[in-house]
Amino acid sequence: MKILVTVKRVMDYNVKPKVKPDGSGVVTDGVNMIVNPFDEIAVEESLKLKEKNGGEVVVLSIGTKDTTTQIRAALAMGADRGILVLADGSVDPDAAARLIKAVYEQEKPDLVVLGKQAIDDDSSQAGQLLAEYLGLPQATFASKVDVAGKTVTVTREVDGGLETISFDMPGVVTADLRLNTPRYASLPGIMKAKKKEVKEFTPAALGVDIAPKVKVLKLEEPKARQAGQKVPDVATLVGKLRNEAKAL
Amino acid sequence: MDLTLPEEVQLLRDSVRAFARDVVAPSAAERDRTGAFPTEILRQAAALGLYGIKVPEEYGGTGASMLAYVTVMEEIAAACASTAVSLAVINLGADCVMRFGTDAQKKRFLTPLCRGDLQAAAFCLSEPHSGSDAAALQATARRDGNGYVLNGTKQWITNGAHAGFSVVFARTTPDGGAKGITAFVIPQGTPGFRVGKEEHKMGLRSSNTVQMIMEDCRVDDSLRLGAEGQGFEVAMAGLDGGRVGIAAQALGMGRAALQEGVRYAKERKAFGKTIADLGAVQDFIADTAMQLDAARLLVWRGATMLDRGLRITREAAMAKVFSTEAAGRAADRMLQVHGGYGYVNDFPIERIYRDVRVTRIYEGASEIQRVVIGRAVTAGG
Repeated sequence: MKILVTVKRVMDYNVKPKVKPDGSGVVTDGVNMIVNPFDEIAVEESLKLKEKNGGEVVVLSIGTKDTTTQIRAALAMGADRGILVLADGSVDPDAAARLIKAVYEQEKPDLVVLGKQAIDDDSSQAGQLLAEYLGLPQATFASKVDVAGKTVTVTREVDGGLETISFDMPGVVTADLRLNTPRYASLPGIMKAKKKEVKEFTPAALGVDIAPKVKVLKLEEPKARQAGQKVPDVATLVGKLRNEAKAL
Repeated sequence: MDLTLPEEVQLLRDSVRAFARDVVAPSAAERDRTGAFPTEILRQAAALGLYGIKVPEEYGGTGASMLAYVTVMEEIAAACASTAVSLAVINLGADCVMRFGTDAQKKRFLTPLCRGDLQAAAFCLSEPHSGSDAAALQATARRDGNGYVLNGTKQWITNGAHAGFSVVFARTTPDGGAKGITAFVIPQGTPGFRVGKEEHKMGLRSSNTVQMIMEDCRVDDSLRLGAEGQGFEVAMAGLDGGRVGIAAQALGMGRAALQEGVRYAKERKAFGKTIADLGAVQDFIADTAMQLDAARLLVWRGATMLDRGLRITREAAMAKVFSTEAAGRAADRMLQVHGGYGYVNDFPIERIYRDVRVTRIYEGASEIQRVVIGRAVTAGG
């Protein structure tokens, strides 16, 4: 089976983000960038499916030339080849979904696997939009994926429990946290990844207009936390909760 | 001049950092207490290709650069210095066989080592009465038919009890000085080659340090590494690289010390604010960060020069002495930041303080490094 898996370049979650002085975004200069952790899970699941069923894993990312590093990271884990759609500046989830759709139509994979969301904007839209634009079945927030013949069975984490659904390929799956534990790229894997193909396209070559439909007006730092207070007794606590915090 | 790591080394750093954080670090304190060898961690490290970093692909390694090697050392040592030293000596043993071994020896020893079928490798040079003055070693290898009979005791042997093979140096000419030494590669379990006393060290307690004893140990010619009398050259060939490797290991420990110190300083309150706000603590943090960055630049210089095939005796000595002393100061100052909590084993800084001390001793003590640097500079190098 052929699997198309997407990876997004995001800020290292160990780095404390700083909002730019003009509020237009966060500072990324000199900040370590990583593969979105949910996308790493998506790559791992794709590799497992390939190891079990044979086939090919193609990694797709959208971003500046630097994003090649994140594609190489997935290739180092064992994916076969990469595709980078070159885009400067912000690409909203809708534009991303339309770009992935254009690549899907070239590659014709059996399955598209995405992370359920990216840890930077937390939109959780690209997978759902993609399935809609392609008219394909979708199984989001997967915690278990099984493939038998043409049928994919997915366990989903939903409020209050687990839901199991199935669809016939082709289709779209988005990966949740508990789907698997991604492997570490091995040194030989990293060296092999250097030689794997990464094709580049522009949005124009794919016939996609990426002008954002969503505009970010302003980003602000969260308010600094106030220091805690000690109260002498329960009555004072209740009073403060009622009158100052308005929590009661 | 660009001081960013090449892309593949960045990917390696990120992967090994995650491995170190998830797999190596969690058991480091426990292994320090029990002295347990990191068997399972090393098995996984071998699977990640960390046993034969520079060994060519045809013998099961990766043929990666010295820069890749020092990056691995820094990351593993930041999580657990004991695991890092085991890995360093595995790579050192592999390095000797790679440089001086025959094709048959490489296939016999390197391929199973890189696959992880051999748990470790060892390097047996030091003796109870010869350390820095390696040419004074006394172990003997007497010619006997189509082989040799070895006798003697080797001291401070890292991985000794776990090594699938050991690179052993012995004297084939009684009074030949450095020229009378020959190298051998001896498989584990060879009759007459046994593990002696295990050392109880103040640090690196999860690494294995033993005496290795040869009593009429017979080896045939196929186990001689290089030519007769070439042993000293075998021992010294990897030395510059080894010193840069230890510098990287110390750097990792220093970095971990700084991280622990900063974390503690931001949590601990005194006089109504965190101690990170105190000038004295800020001075400690600033000096430590500055010295560790300088150490890293010296390590990278040494590694990239080796990768270009240059001779770096002076640069390797500089990296080694500067980095190990910077890391020692880092551990000392960050322990001071912890106050009384630095003196008990509730926090990692106490272990790092003990672990880092030996880096100023092994692979050439600081004093020897200064002799090397001083002579090179005086001679106009």
